[in-house]
Amino acid sequence: MTVQPTPASATPEGGHLLELRDLHIEFRTNEGVAQVINGVSYHLDAGETLAVLGESGSGKSVTAQAIMGILDTPPAFIRSGQILYQGQDLLTRSEEQRRQVRGTEIAMIFQDALSALNPVFPVGWQIGETLRQRAGMSRADARRRAIELMDLVKIPGAAKRIGDYPHQFSGGMRQRVMIAMALALDPKVLIADEPTTALDVTVQAQIMDLLADLRRELNMAMILITHDLGVVAGVADRIAVMYAGRIVEHADVRSLYKAPAHPYTKGLLESIPRLDVRGQELSTIKGLPPNLMRIPSGCPFHPRCPYVQQVCVDVVPHDLVLGDGRTSACHFAQEVRDDSVAR
Amino acid sequence: MTASPANSTKVRGETILSVDNLVKHFPITQGVLFQRQIGAVKAVDGVSFELRRGETLGVVGESGCGKSTLARLLMRLETPTSGQATLEGRDLFKASGGELRRLRRNMQMVMQDPYTSLNPRMTVGDIIGEPFEIHPDAAPKGSKQKRVQELLDLVGLNPEHINRYPHQFSGGQRQRIGIARALALKPEVIVCDEPVSALDVSIQAQVINLLKQLQDELGLSYIFIAHDLSVVRHIADRVAVMYLGRIVEIGTDDEIYERATHPYTQALLSAVPVPDPEAREQRNMIRLVGDVPSPADPPSGCHFRTRCWKAQDICAVEDPATVPRAADPHPSACHFAELRPATP
Repeated sequence: MTVQPTPASATPEGGHLLELRDLHIEFRTNEGVAQVINGVSYHLDAGETLAVLGESGSGKSVTAQAIMGILDTPPAFIRSGQILYQGQDLLTRSEEQRRQVRGTEIAMIFQDALSALNPVFPVGWQIGETLRQRAGMSRADARRRAIELMDLVKIPGAAKRIGDYPHQFSGGMRQRVMIAMALALDPKVLIADEPTTALDVTVQAQIMDLLADLRRELNMAMILITHDLGVVAGVADRIAVMYAGRIVEHADVRSLYKAPAHPYTKGLLESIPRLDVRGQELSTIKGLPPNLMRIPSGCPFHPRCPYVQQVCVDVVPHDLVLGDGRTSACHFAQEVRDDSVAR
Repeated sequence: MTASPANSTKVRGETILSVDNLVKHFPITQGVLFQRQIGAVKAVDGVSFELRRGETLGVVGESGCGKSTLARLLMRLETPTSGQATLEGRDLFKASGGELRRLRRNMQMVMQDPYTSLNPRMTVGDIIGEPFEIHPDAAPKGSKQKRVQELLDLVGLNPEHINRYPHQFSGGQRQRIGIARALALKPEVIVCDEPVSALDVSIQAQVINLLKQLQDELGLSYIFIAHDLSVVRHIADRVAVMYLGRIVEIGTDDEIYERATHPYTQALLSAVPVPDPEAREQRNMIRLVGDVPSPADPPSGCHFRTRCWKAQDICAVEDPATVPRAADPHPSACHFAELRPATP
């Protein structure tokens, strides 16, 4: 495949390739208003991988949908904030202008490849559809390029399988087809929303390897959305941990795993059973994630936090900068990190 | 709640459930009026194991390996094509009528999906109390409501929530309801089919701890089916690894996780993501190529040979038995069973 590496000059001087600034999103439902995203900021530079980690309901997928401009409105409303792509705020663009960004600049792959593909069209036709519609290719050219893309994502016998339907592929191969579709227009940013959650471990490893290879070959930036701390450890450069619609901790992968500085991250890491460590009782995070219609006062994690003090109930913690670009939204971030190191 | 008096006289460690050469083939038919069988999906293809009182047997494998069909067979939700299973010496598949009811009382199941396995129109009290209607002889003498509240308390839910509906609970809490329902009849064996797969990590740990604590208190035996090897290592005493309908390796926790001799087990273990970037770099990963073949048309000889880097001519011809191997004295179904030189 012929792809020119993205020149770094595509990003304005000093700016980031993609930057979210203080994003607020709410869902207006019949039962009430859920504050789904409460001030999320993060950035992504060319060629790097940012992992966004969180449990169900933490807002990790909603953020991605906002970047892509595929939020269902209603019920979702973006209350405030900016999504800057190459310095331009996507939220102020018209729908037609956003369509130009989708696919060509920022593309997305979804968790469930079986329901994301159309069952009644051959996969080659589906990969080629983007090329015909958006790149104005002829049917023959689109077909040729679809075969190239299927080769790129290492689907064996691409030329023979181009006429097959999604149900004729295994789960792992379907996910590869999805990746081929996302790469069709050479995007600079790939958002992968739980790309391996529906797959078996041996296949999961294959897909993560493929994504890592492609990112290197094509010099793409990637946002990897996942709930699996194990998957993240292998591929990400930086991690943003989300809880109740906020980023509670942001750090490079190594420091985060070595010494988490937010009680939620620390609790998460301690509660996963590990293959290489045989423990007795698993430590747990007590209680449940909050109802987003009634987010607790102060720090949203305080009802579940072992470090809780009165200040946590009263005051929303700001991001505490810990050096090396690390931040933690906890009043006791230093203490938590020191405890983690001592562990 | 304490263990029923009947349980306390029974010896821990004796065999409670024994499964011998269990087979389940689902026919593939063609034609509308005169349906001819043109093949079979060999979901479970000759599985044997024993479960001892008070222990947890973990069953691991990828999707399509037959682990859930195995669970359904043991619950008699499916009829086996051939093979036997005995629960406390009584034949599980020959039993019918009243005897089957008594057997089923002794073996209960916790389902994977806490969202679809609870009836949304029934209150929690009705859901947990329903087993008593099916088995009136096991129903508590006094107030049924009191017993249900005891069960709620046992699984860590608020007994006052007895009149709530499933949608008012979170995923982890619903799984606790499913566990309470399984415990209602004081069974000795519980088959857990992926009980924590649908839960978030922080909640998953709570449910695993609950299952372990209940086992200690009530002397339960678990068959714990999961695809997550880390979870299984945490809870299981012994582990069976399944591939395309067969157990390819079975042994104690240490035998499987530290001294695996089957290439598939070794590959599976090396593919598990470890949440530690540094430990990860020291591991040497085995990358399997390709996908699991269709159970309707498994490879001849050793089922794993199409993805195995050790495969030789004999693997296509001779089906390796799951027997103790020279490399390590636990059963492994590989002609070339050997320990991995560098442990991950």
